[in-house]
Amino acid sequence: MSKELIRLRNIRMAFDDEVVLNDLNLYINDKEFLTLLGPSGCGKTTTLRIIGGFTTPVSGDVLFNGVRINDVPPYRRQINTVFQKYALFPHMNVFENVAFGLRLKKIPDPADPTGKRMVKLSEAEISSRVMEMLETVSLKGFESRKPDALSGGQQQRVAIARALVNRPKVLLLDEPLAALDLRLRKDMQNELKRIQQATGITFIYVTHDQEEALSMSDTVVVMDKGRIQQIGRPEDIYNEPKNAFVADFIGESNILDGVMLSDYHVRFFGRVFDCVDKGFAPNESVDVVIRPEDIDIVPQAQGHLVGTVTSITFKGLNYDIIVEFKGFKWLIQTTDYHPVGAVIGIRLNPEDIHIMHKSEYSGMFGDYSSYSAEYDELTEDAGDEEE
Amino acid sequence: MKQANRVITVLIFVFLYIPMAVLVVASFNTGKDITEFEGFTFQQYARLFQDGDLLELLRNSLIVSVLASAAATVFGTVAAVGIHNLNPRLRKTAMTLTNIPMTNPDIVTGVSLSLLFVFVGARLLGQRNSLTFWTLLIAHITFNLPYVILNVMPKLKQMDASLTDAAMDLGCTPVQAFFRVTLYEIMPGIVSGAIMAFTMSLDDFVISYFVSGLDFVTLPVEIYSYTKKPLQPKIYAMFTLLFLLILALMIAMNLIQIYGDKKKTQSRSAGV
Repeated sequence: MSKELIRLRNIRMAFDDEVVLNDLNLYINDKEFLTLLGPSGCGKTTTLRIIGGFTTPVSGDVLFNGVRINDVPPYRRQINTVFQKYALFPHMNVFENVAFGLRLKKIPDPADPTGKRMVKLSEAEISSRVMEMLETVSLKGFESRKPDALSGGQQQRVAIARALVNRPKVLLLDEPLAALDLRLRKDMQNELKRIQQATGITFIYVTHDQEEALSMSDTVVVMDKGRIQQIGRPEDIYNEPKNAFVADFIGESNILDGVMLSDYHVRFFGRVFDCVDKGFAPNESVDVVIRPEDIDIVPQAQGHLVGTVTSITFKGLNYDIIVEFKGFKWLIQTTDYHPVGAVIGIRLNPEDIHIMHKSEYSGMFGDYSSYSAEYDELTEDAGDEEE
Repeated sequence: MKQANRVITVLIFVFLYIPMAVLVVASFNTGKDITEFEGFTFQQYARLFQDGDLLELLRNSLIVSVLASAAATVFGTVAAVGIHNLNPRLRKTAMTLTNIPMTNPDIVTGVSLSLLFVFVGARLLGQRNSLTFWTLLIAHITFNLPYVILNVMPKLKQMDASLTDAAMDLGCTPVQAFFRVTLYEIMPGIVSGAIMAFTMSLDDFVISYFVSGLDFVTLPVEIYSYTKKPLQPKIYAMFTLLFLLILALMIAMNLIQIYGDKKKTQSRSAGV
């Protein structure tokens, strides 16, 4: 993972007067698994379509191996795509779908010494490559089925085979698992990761599912409102979110107003805490992020803060409890049962406190005053209707 | 209430089809008077196939209808694809412009086409006789075009836009993508458009009357001149055959639609 393959430079995109991408800069390394993550309408699919050549940016450059490819049409790019709804050709069977790209391909004629004459691939080669690919995606024996006689997961794998059989440098995947049920989605995540590592093809993956992004990617690009909010390894994105948006979108976060007194010292809720962050201006207003799973519950007397439990939800692995501290509600994840009305203390270790600069998102996220489990599910569903 | 509905429905169909029934019965009548059924005979059909003039008229009509609907299908499909690719505002304008000629009274279309042909023929080409087979054909293509466009557009709209993207992604130029993927998806619309254009062409009288010359006359135009004297029963026989032809085409069109819809619902239920 070293060589830069694709670079997007100052990309701006607008449909009519609506700005979709605003001065986007991004580079993608060879053999990397990179995920564009964000809510619907954040510009991630548009970014993918620009890389695929289906959309031309209003301004900015798209570079492939250092060459500007803004005006290169999709059929001349060494890039293939797995579309959100698979886009299998309904009038062709599985074999013909997968062979589609190979039948269009022309290679230099081996019989021509000048190497200028181009010929189509032989039927034997097409057949062997298609069968090999179908074996890779475990669809041997399905060659003569029409797409509408396949399940969602099988259609998905045909779509992947149809793209990969062309041996592209880059594979673009636009929410490829969004239409599958949870169990199948997990299987396919592992499958995709395995295929990516086996083939060494660069994957650029679009999703609104943060868990999917964290578990599969080498690099995660968090986007919102047409801008990149943060780029980094999954661990870094989770542990050190750059602003309130990232902290809230990736996992659950309690976000509080605080003041950075000096390096390693932050004040919030009228109390000074030790932390591991530095490099802020003296007395700078900051956002303080505390992950619900990092909070230790202790008896009242030993607590840094004391609060009252106002609701508790069983989640399987743990309980989600909402605790009120001086009018501000926190989400805490704990394996112990605490009944509603119980008064508990909490302790915060320095490494559990993460400090962020104030941003346009400050004050918008991280308050669980109106928390409800149903609300969570609603917002998740809304994310499915991507662009 | 339900009973009344049924009765009314039956009555409507009776009224719609009684005239056709009368015509069919008349075509098998041995007598010349349509008010009296004297006996059953195929004689009128035999006479029809011996009448060279009538058969030539029928042939003329079929030639124009087939050529005009074929040309309109090709041009109309290309136009529909073009209109579909316009941005939404222009697309709406284009569709309105497509609809106007269809709602325009035939007689207005006929007269204006006739004026245009005479003007171009006499003034620019210096012809003495500007109304020919070609003007008739051009007129038929013109009024057929909107029907094809209107039948193809919904299929283009229904089609998953990412199919074209996928074809190009896999190496198709836009033209290859059309012939390898889009064409299959919109074929039901093209076929129903072609059939509709053919039937429109076959029975057109008003426009044809104004744009055809003396050397090439279609069946409806010629029959019109017959109505001033009593119609010969063999013409009933021909109309019966024409009715059956149109009926067959309409049934074919509906079957194609039913088949297409069935395929769509099947793939939808299997896709999830």
